[in-house]
Amino acid sequence: MLRARKLSARDLTAAFLERIDRLNPILNAFITIDHEGAMAAARQADERLDRGQSTGLTGIPVAVKDLFCTENLTTTCGSRMLAGFRPPYESTVTRKLKEAGAIILGKTNMDEFAMGSSNETSWFGPVKNPWDTRLIPGGSSGGSAAALAARLALATIGSDTGGSIRQPAALTGITGLKPTYGRISRYGMIAFASSLDQAGPMTLSAADAALVLQVLSGHDPSDSTSIQADVPDYSAALNTSMEGVRIGIPVEYRPDTLDPEIARALDAAQEVFVQQGATLVPLSLPHTRHAIPTYYIIAPAEASSNLARYDGIRFGYRCQDPRDLGDLYTRSRSEGFGAEVRRRIMLGTYVLSSGYYDAYYRKAQKVRRLIADDFQRAFAQVDLLLTPTTPGTAFPLGEKVDDPVAMYLSDIFTINVNLAGLPALSLPCGADTRGLPIGMQLIAPILKEDRLLAVAHAFQSATSWHQRKPEL
Amino acid sequence: MSIPPETVKQVALLARLQLDDAAVGSLAGQLGAILDLAGQLDELDTREVVPMSHPLDMPIPERADVVVNGNRREALLANAPDHVQGYFQVPRIIE
Repeated sequence: MLRARKLSARDLTAAFLERIDRLNPILNAFITIDHEGAMAAARQADERLDRGQSTGLTGIPVAVKDLFCTENLTTTCGSRMLAGFRPPYESTVTRKLKEAGAIILGKTNMDEFAMGSSNETSWFGPVKNPWDTRLIPGGSSGGSAAALAARLALATIGSDTGGSIRQPAALTGITGLKPTYGRISRYGMIAFASSLDQAGPMTLSAADAALVLQVLSGHDPSDSTSIQADVPDYSAALNTSMEGVRIGIPVEYRPDTLDPEIARALDAAQEVFVQQGATLVPLSLPHTRHAIPTYYIIAPAEASSNLARYDGIRFGYRCQDPRDLGDLYTRSRSEGFGAEVRRRIMLGTYVLSSGYYDAYYRKAQKVRRLIADDFQRAFAQVDLLLTPTTPGTAFPLGEKVDDPVAMYLSDIFTINVNLAGLPALSLPCGADTRGLPIGMQLIAPILKEDRLLAVAHAFQSATSWHQRKPEL
Repeated sequence: MSIPPETVKQVALLARLQLDDAAVGSLAGQLGAILDLAGQLDELDTREVVPMSHPLDMPIPERADVVVNGNRREALLANAPDHVQGYFQVPRIIE
């Protein structure tokens, strides 16, 4: 409609801003709403559309997780530490979105420094699940997930360190893609765990994910860990036949503790693929259960190092009336960081300290390789893997907040993928008896996002789970 | 297991975090629970395994040694909690 000029980008943007103003007080999905910037971008998009110079995202209203630095627009990472921080530079992700003509409506709420699985650790308060506001939306990209599920944007951007795109996508009924580590630049993404963090699109369909991924992908000289590889035409790859596709079903992802409603939804989804000509291959990833401990050594270790930069000197929160420099550092960090961030800094500092380094950090790095090797062996037999995304559907706010281990287990099916650097996608595949969304996860070899998108698209062409939306 | 409170306090000192006694107590238990989970890794024989620090086997690319983004003092100081005459300001260190 935008390209046919039946609707202007300005009208579309104004309608989304109005909906955000109405629903954000209920959902708390946004930390910053950029009315002025969005309308200015919409005017520019209209000019581009008038000139016939549009791309797939020109004039499309999007929202971005508040850990992507946006020049002169507040970027908080969900933390008191960065409340009011206005970056002097633009992240590659947001620069590319703007260059493509997308309209950035605002910055979405998130767990503080992306540490959390329920979106309850944000300094700006918890995000509510649009399907039932008594429930969590998942984390840490829960603001992006809730905003999209509530149709407060047409696409959102999240980041995924241990499942933070896929887990909230599953719990809010949207499509979330964590690309291969390095496929999208990390420049200007506020770092949590640098060897795991990956940006990715959260969309209403695999076809939309292909459009956004196309814009965001590619080598960036500003990020030495970004991959130097060609970017395929993701949209063109969508209509690949499922005939002869081999889908691996890892036995470890079907534990007895799996919610039976999720198990049933997955069985039904597998049947859809079989009817389309795919073959199911049972297989084993024997080190799966070691992923959580491995992750909770490596991620906090990297976080403790990354978060050392927040010392109250150059930017961020500073305590009142510091006695001396040591007091300034210590009180600024203690008052500026929330409980979960402090907990992970402590854990990371502990496992990296002399005497424990070999027992924990080095050991975890070795197990990380065993986990990655499991996947490599699996992909010698199959094209991709199909698993649940989460062990249950959305849980009530406050239920797990005082039990970090229980909370960490929310990401039990997603974390392995980050350790191995693989691309993975979560898409809606059912609903529980309360109507809450159920997600399934597809995992592919490195740089095979096109395969993930094609298989997800095949499923979405045959089913309508991705079209369900919450009543608001 | 629980970590001794003295260890928690020592780690807090290293991490530049201030903890009250209640926080020391709860962190001793919570960190212990997480490290119990980590204990599962000891079941695996990893003597011959090469540690994996990064998911991609790729060399770190070098860039040309040229100045970029230079001369942005005002922009970089704009977010400083306190600055004076173009410098970050901190409490006096030497009396």
